[in-house]
Amino acid sequence: MIAAQFDYVAPATVEEALAALAEGGDEAKIMAGGQSLLPVMRMRLNAPELVIDLGKIEALRGVRDDGDAIVIGAMTPHSQVATDPLVAEHALLVRRAVVEVADPQVRHRGTFGGALAHADPAGDLGAPALALNAQFVVAGAHGTRAVEAADFFVDLFTTAMEDTEILTEVRIPKHTGWGAHYEKFVRVAHQWPIVAVAAAVRVDGGTIAEARVGLTNMGSTPLRARAVEEALVGKPATDEAVRAAATSAADGTNPPSDLNGDADYRRHLATVLTRRAVLAAAGA
Amino acid sequence: MTVTEDRAETAPKAEVGQARRRKEDQRLITGRTKWTDNIQLPGMLHLAMVRSPFAHARITNIDVEAAKASPNVVSVLTGADVADEQGGLPNAWPITPDQVTPNHPSIAVDRVTFAGEIVAVVVARSAAAARDAVELVDVDYEELPAALDLKEAAEDKVLAHPDLGTNKSALWVFDSETAGSGSGVDAAIEAARDGGIVIEREYRQQRLIPAFMEPRSCVVDPTGDQIVVWTATQIPHILRFLMAAVLGYPESKIRVIAPDVGGGFGGKLQTTPEEWITFMAARRLGKPCKYTESRSESLIAAHHGRDQWQKLTLSAEKDGTVTGLKVELLADLGSYVALMGGGVPVLGAFMYNSIYKFPAYQFNCQTVLTNKTWTDAYRGAGRPEATFAIERIMDELAAEVGVDPMAIREQNWITHEEFPFTSVAGLEYDSGNYEAATEKAKKMFGYDALRAEQEQRRASEDPVQLGIGISTFTEMCGLAPSRILGALDYGAGGWEHASVRMLPTGKVEVLTGSSAHGQGHETAWSQIVADRLGVPFEDVEVLHGDTQIAHKGMDTYGSRSLVVGGEAVIKAADKVIEKAKVIAAHLLEASVDDLEFSGGRFGVKGTDQGLAMAEIALATFAAHNLPDGVEASLDSDATFDPVSFSYPHGTHLCAVEIDTETGAVAMRKYVAVDDIGTIVNPLIVEGQVHGGLVQGIAQALWEEAVHDDAGTLVSASFVDYLVPTAADTISFDTAHTTSPSTTNTLGTKGVGEAGCIASTPAVVNAVVDAIRHFGVNDVQMPCTPARVYKAIHQQDQGGETPTPGGAAPHFDEADVADRSAGATDGAAAQAGDHQ
Repeated sequence: MIAAQFDYVAPATVEEALAALAEGGDEAKIMAGGQSLLPVMRMRLNAPELVIDLGKIEALRGVRDDGDAIVIGAMTPHSQVATDPLVAEHALLVRRAVVEVADPQVRHRGTFGGALAHADPAGDLGAPALALNAQFVVAGAHGTRAVEAADFFVDLFTTAMEDTEILTEVRIPKHTGWGAHYEKFVRVAHQWPIVAVAAAVRVDGGTIAEARVGLTNMGSTPLRARAVEEALVGKPATDEAVRAAATSAADGTNPPSDLNGDADYRRHLATVLTRRAVLAAAGA
Repeated sequence: MTVTEDRAETAPKAEVGQARRRKEDQRLITGRTKWTDNIQLPGMLHLAMVRSPFAHARITNIDVEAAKASPNVVSVLTGADVADEQGGLPNAWPITPDQVTPNHPSIAVDRVTFAGEIVAVVVARSAAAARDAVELVDVDYEELPAALDLKEAAEDKVLAHPDLGTNKSALWVFDSETAGSGSGVDAAIEAARDGGIVIEREYRQQRLIPAFMEPRSCVVDPTGDQIVVWTATQIPHILRFLMAAVLGYPESKIRVIAPDVGGGFGGKLQTTPEEWITFMAARRLGKPCKYTESRSESLIAAHHGRDQWQKLTLSAEKDGTVTGLKVELLADLGSYVALMGGGVPVLGAFMYNSIYKFPAYQFNCQTVLTNKTWTDAYRGAGRPEATFAIERIMDELAAEVGVDPMAIREQNWITHEEFPFTSVAGLEYDSGNYEAATEKAKKMFGYDALRAEQEQRRASEDPVQLGIGISTFTEMCGLAPSRILGALDYGAGGWEHASVRMLPTGKVEVLTGSSAHGQGHETAWSQIVADRLGVPFEDVEVLHGDTQIAHKGMDTYGSRSLVVGGEAVIKAADKVIEKAKVIAAHLLEASVDDLEFSGGRFGVKGTDQGLAMAEIALATFAAHNLPDGVEASLDSDATFDPVSFSYPHGTHLCAVEIDTETGAVAMRKYVAVDDIGTIVNPLIVEGQVHGGLVQGIAQALWEEAVHDDAGTLVSASFVDYLVPTAADTISFDTAHTTSPSTTNTLGTKGVGEAGCIASTPAVVNAVVDAIRHFGVNDVQMPCTPARVYKAIHQQDQGGETPTPGGAAPHFDEADVADRSAGATDGAAAQAGDHQ
């Protein structure tokens, strides 16, 4: 488990990191927490010539209030996101999901932005980011741009970012007062989810006023279960109503078949887990 | 924890029976120890292996020039380079005289026979340089059809070794009628077909990977007069003998050291190609060489375990009294016959009848060569497979008769008055009390209350169903009486050796040939010797794992260390006492017959005169005043060869909850009551039981080595080979009953494998029990949620849904496409599926 030789830089600013990335070109690789990159390098599945470590860029860490949204710095470790009061108050779904990422060691090294930029459809953070309509702020040579979550995840391990860009922060519109739940189905605790469902609902007097449902590992990107969301609106937060709405959870999905189950089984799981996630989010 | 409650009246002396913390743990836990990979020698070179990505292929060309030219590379060796000196890796147990045994080169010469086989070796000045140069070795392969499916391989459809003409290696048969230990099984089955009960089932023992914590590592130093081999092995003594025998080097010129070894589970009961290669490279180059495998290499190329199809036919009378058992096994050897090889399933031959009084029994085992990683011992080795099959089919018998599965066991088991009991497989069980262990377990478990809850959940069609699984197991441990091994054509004996050395200051050195790799020998042996010699626990130093120090031994496996090696220690200590007694009598001017030895002191009966062992040790060292003709040494050796196995047993009860909407299995309660005779150290026993339980539960629920259609191991990392952690298990309720063994002084029985042997069927029986009312009578292991779900919902009531042969990709596409090694090609294919 010895990585091929590589050069290493740890710039102090985003500008320096962008310059290093531009210089390194195709042979450069950004490292955030390193929890996915380092195993890949050690197994020699990838051998970048230059590793650009963002760990020294303090400006990329932390969570702040920005009016109608909260902003999570891309280099904020999962463990910090999990305990942040702003996240708990305004983006409870993110908190519910981030505490389920891997294991405590990974949560202390791995970062919020790094996991999202890696774009593993089995990653725990894509579905909640998508469900909450997060915006991804991306820095490049010509300044920054914001990408909507719906446009950010393009394919397996592929995002809308250019090779020359760096994810700097994620803006999550405030969902203050929304109930939230992340229902993750695994065989062993440290596993990537076989399927997981991220649900946030706003319940008004026992009726679901708004609902957001994101699916993990049901296709090559995180997915929104929009049919479920629409079916839930105006319905009572009861087992019967939610069960009916959840039947369409797998519509339009293209889940993988692997050692943990085939695609049909995953489609079935999506309906069960969606019902459970929505009911838990609604406090029912 | 009620682990110690039965011990008080049986504990013969102060130290034995105490829950001593392990002497070893401080250095192990703090990392202040020496693993093989920590060893650094001046001028040491490092090895890295080029491995085949193909399961079966002809090697048409190997171009090593670029690798040789790579910075800091010293040498690149191919099979052709060492063809004349490498010999073949040994199979110590040819189970039949006509066993078909392919030659097993350490470096493949012209053909590779499994994905992961070594085709070339790079030797460089650093491990990184060696690894870099591996990428530069260009091997041309001509792919051959691979024998992958065990059942198809048994039909010789595709040959794993075309030159052998067959994949069938050996057929080993035991028949109780022929052996005279019982009647004919075919007659019993025929009789039962008319008015009795005949149950036929086929069970799958999936392929497992030992997955020991410390990857294998080997350092060979050829610079002295003796070649010194450090290696992460369970068997330093056997390795030394075989290296000498196979590589044609004088045994006296080889010293093997197993320093602290980080687990084995049978996975390091092997002589490996990597050890052979490191030895050859060091000899050729005249410099110390080191090889340490990566985790991926460990999973792909260290031997695997289990992998059998088990066909059972059980006959019984209408009331459930068993009349016969016929076992027909197919056992996958992988592409070579490993050190124990076909002997592993044969070790199960005597255990399918288990604790039940079958009058007729027959065991047939066909070993089969395939193009997969070779298989060998894995915790329990043959006995977990046997226990699983019999405990599963006893549940099926209970279902057929319509009684509680515990009742069918009680009806058929050996009662405690019947010991010693000669089984239908011809073994004499020394002691046991199945009734007592079961009664205790049922009480701890709350058996009746859980059965009532199960009824209630079924009646209310609760989406969460409850299942109760029973495993009333026994096993044979303490490998092994040499005469029995001889009768089974095993290539060595089963004795163990020990020395006890009295130092002048009264301290004691104990040398044991049973080389530990995590079991806690240093602590347990110290407790035994402290009691025996009446010296403080702290004054005993246990030395092992170096053929120059503990020069003789048969090493550690098969739950043998305490019952065989511990007995050798006792016998050596007793010889020390006998020697000291003569000197004490002389110094005390008393007759030997007037001395009594107690609490470490020789006293003259009826007086207050006496001498402590330490005083005699010093007097012996000075040798100023010894009796005529008595040598100035108390040191003593003993070699113990057991006359029989010992037979631990126990009753394990498991309750699981099954989420019928998802198929998820959650463990609710697990009770293990083990009878392992006298317990030396309850804390160590607790650790062995807990670890064993988890390992056995892991086979039932999580672990499986899965290959794709090309023969590539798909579950080749811990992402896909699901070894559980503490987060995945519950707190176990453990206890003991005590039926001391009659085959050794302390009355001990082995415990290293018991938990692993017992727990697998307890869990699967619980899973099937929870969903039997849906029409399910089996769920293949591992009982994944997908399999359980499909079994419940009528899609696959036999629970045989195959595991899809793809790993989940967690690495980006470009990376996957980049890789040149074939070991991960399965993942690459899977990445494509996601598009």
